[in-house]
Formats: sequence, C-alpha cells, structure tokens
Amino acid sequence: MISPRYHREKPQRYRLEAGKCNSCEHISFPPRLVCPKCKSKEFETVNLSDEGTIKTFTIIRVASDIFALQTPFAVGIVELNDGVRLTTQIADVDLDQLKIGLKVKMVFRKIQDEGKSGLHCYGYKSVLI
Amino acid sequence: MREVAVIGTGMTNFGELWGKSIKDIFVEAALEAIESAGVDHIDSIYVGAMSSGLFVGQEHLGAVMADYLGQNPVPATRVESACASGGASFRAAYHEVASGASDIVLAGGVEKMTDGADVTEALATAADQDYEVYQGITFPGLYAMIANAHMHEFGTKRENLAQVSVKNHKNGSNNPNAQFKSIITVDQVLNSTLVADPLRLLDCSPVSDGGAAVILCPMDIAKKFTGTPVRIKATSQASGTIALHSRDSLTTLDSVKTAAEKAYKMAGLKPADINFAEVHDCFTIAEIVVSEDLGFFEKGKGGAAVEEGKTAMDGLIPINTSGGLKSKGHPVGATGIAQIIELYEQLTGQAGKRQVKNAKIGLAQNMGGSGASCVINILEAI
Repeated sequence: MISPRYHREKPQRYRLEAGKCNSCEHISFPPRLVCPKCKSKEFETVNLSDEGTIKTFTIIRVASDIFALQTPFAVGIVELNDGVRLTTQIADVDLDQLKIGLKVKMVFRKIQDEGKSGLHCYGYKSVLI
Repeated sequence: MREVAVIGTGMTNFGELWGKSIKDIFVEAALEAIESAGVDHIDSIYVGAMSSGLFVGQEHLGAVMADYLGQNPVPATRVESACASGGASFRAAYHEVASGASDIVLAGGVEKMTDGADVTEALATAADQDYEVYQGITFPGLYAMIANAHMHEFGTKRENLAQVSVKNHKNGSNNPNAQFKSIITVDQVLNSTLVADPLRLLDCSPVSDGGAAVILCPMDIAKKFTGTPVRIKATSQASGTIALHSRDSLTTLDSVKTAAEKAYKMAGLKPADINFAEVHDCFTIAEIVVSEDLGFFEKGKGGAAVEEGKTAMDGLIPINTSGGLKSKGHPVGATGIAQIIELYEQLTGQAGKRQVKNAKIGLAQNMGGSGASCVINILEAI
C-alpha cells in the first residue's frame, strides 16, 4: 500500500465519499467514472450513511503477514442504510456475539501499517450499536 | 469457426515439489502433452499463471516457457484471470485453433506456490485490493462470508461443507496425481483448525505446486495424431463484480450462471445432459454454490444434494471425480487445465478406479477470485 495510493483513497476511507449517478441514482462506492448500472458518466459526490446492518461476516484466524498480529478479528459485509454495501472490520466485539442482522455504525480507526515504511493507514471500521 | 479437439495431455503430480522450479514443472507437463498427442511441432503456446511475479518473482512466463521448452521462436503468451487462468489459457488456445490462425496449440497452466512467498497476500490480489483486502480480508474469509450467508439464507448445514471435502478426498485417493490421497471423515473436517469461521483447514484447497498442459488441433485432422480425440463442445466465460460486497446476492455467483447459460446454449445442451463435472472447489462452500448456479440443483439445495450422495461417484451427477482442488491440489494457474485433463481421461475411458460409467459429456468450471471470473468448458467423447 504505497503512499500515493493511500492518499488517493482518503476521501473514501476518511469521509465515506461516494458517487451518486445523476441519471439512475445508483450510488457507487468508491466513486467510478462510469455508472455500472446505466453507463452514465455524470455523478454527484455524496457521503454514505454511517449506520447499517451486518449481511454476512467471518472471523479471520489466518491473515496475511501485515494483519497477522491482529488475529483473530472480524470482517463483515455491511449494508448501510442508503443501500450501499462495503467490506469492513467489525471492531470492539465479543466474537461469539456476532450474527447476521446486527446493527452497526461506522467509525474511524487505524487499519494497518504500511509494510516497509511503517506509515499508519487509517479508514473505516464498524462497531455494534 | 472450426471444430476443435483435445488430442494430448500432460501433468505433473500436484503437491509440494521442493526439488522442481516453475520452469521444470511447466516443461515436464508440456513435454508429456506433446508426446501424448504425437505432434511433431506446435504453432503457439499459452501459459496460464495467476501470480508468478509474487510467488517466484518471475513474469514474462510465455517467453520463459517457450525458451525452456526448446520451442523458440514459437509465439508464447501468459494468460491471467486469477484462479481461472488455466481455463482462460484453454479458451485462448481454442479460439486460435477455431479461427484458423493456428493448427496445433499448447494450452498450459502452472503455479509454484511453495518457494517462500506470503501465499495469503498473493492470493488476495485476486480480490479488490483497495476495498476488500485493505480491511484484512483473505480468500478463505471471502468464501467464509459466502458460507455464512448461504447457511443463514437456506439452512445449509456446517456438516454439508464437510461432506464436500470427505467426498473429494475419497475421489482423490484414486488419483495418482493428487496431492492428498488420504480418506478423511466429517469429524476430522469439523475438528480441523479454524481458518476463517465457519471454514476450517479441511474446507480449504491446499497450497500446491504443479503444471498441466493439453494440445488442441482442428477436429478434421485430429485422427492423424491419436485414436481418441475429444471434442470441445462449448467454451464460455463471464465476469462479475470484483468485490463480493457489490453483488445483489451473496449466495449466487452471477458469472457462473451467465457462463453456464452461454455454454449450454453453444453446446445445445441442458444441465441434465451433463454426465459429470469438475468444479472449482477452492473452498467447500464454492462447490455447493457452483453446483446450484450450474443448474444441477435448485438454489439453496446444493448442501442437501451432497448429503444425499447426488454428487458422489455413483450419484446423479458425479462432481470432482479427480478429487477436485481440495484433494488433487490447487496450483492456481494449472487448475483449469487439470480439470480439462480429468474430463479427457473420463471421456476416453482412462480414469481407472475413478471412471464414471458411460461418461459422454463432461463440464469443467474454473473460477477466479470470489467469482469475478468464470470459465466453463464442455467436452464430448467421440
């Protein structure tokens, strides 16, 4: 995760910025150049809802090297209240309590350290409401 | 478009091949394929490989393999579609022959995964790096999320996942090239180490080295080279969203459904016409979901189908007679070609103890990522 790439994604990772299609209103997260639903190229920048529901999840017991020290940790697919889904860690949770359908809110957290330079990389996680 | 046949096959054992390099592995498989086809030259080479750059620090595999195979100046190209690289390599070769551009083409695949790379990280590059992997998800994790959703939505049982693994190990015990020839029990699966809940170690295909290659030629000259060519009845491919979370359904793989519809249409067949299938069981849940999306079973009934023995060797539609990725091994780029080789052996009556009775039509389904790529090939005995 080299630095220019990290900085480029900040609007999404820090503020949940997405692109709402001016033609069909489909929300793309992250923003895209072409709407995958109607092929329009006109978008309005919107901020996603910060609350949603767990649609599915897993508990990562074996991670890549960069996440190895965090195991075990939960990752889920959350559907935000505006209908957009994203993949996010579910933090501060008793892993045995996790189940599909629980409500969560999005929070700002450190996600990982960049490999060789050790740059802290931040973004969104979710916590149970 | 010309009709195309497979006329020769070759593959290495799958497993931890410490003593062999990626070049050794590919060349061994390719030489065997050329010899078994009985061809005196090849016109073109395709090499399916997912991530040789990360696994062994070597790109430009087409040129590397053409050189070490002693085939310069034959054109050679690497084909990459993550775990579907082998299937995509086969499709590229098919089109080159079908179009009339070449007559004799080698379609191969290879992966060398045990040379010390962070395999979890390398495999995860087949998902969305910025919006899935950044959060710490792994490939077992993505399929685990599909498994949890499938169990929640359809009541699929944890035991059903284990039954896939038990069946595939049983099949693989009769495959001399398989990485794991061990018979296992449901209890062993359920008590193996958790990798990504609910998936355990014995739900996961292994880290493997291996290579596989086949030779294709136009059907009208196939008889010149071998007595038992096999007809390529259909080939198809479809893409789906790169991120699992972008899909309308977390329990249906749209790329598999679309590729299947295209393949059945091209072949003029329906799911019930398929005698046996090799499907991409990178994780046990994948075989269940794919068996539904290929139309073999109603959506949500794939788990019950395994429990009822419908996918066993003597079942309604034997699935993964080779042992599948789980038991045979999953050297990623080689897998799609190895599936074709199992079809070839079954359709030419050379599958030994794994032989499916009256095997006339076989289907191979090869998948990349969490289903963002899917390649399907249907082969027919002549």
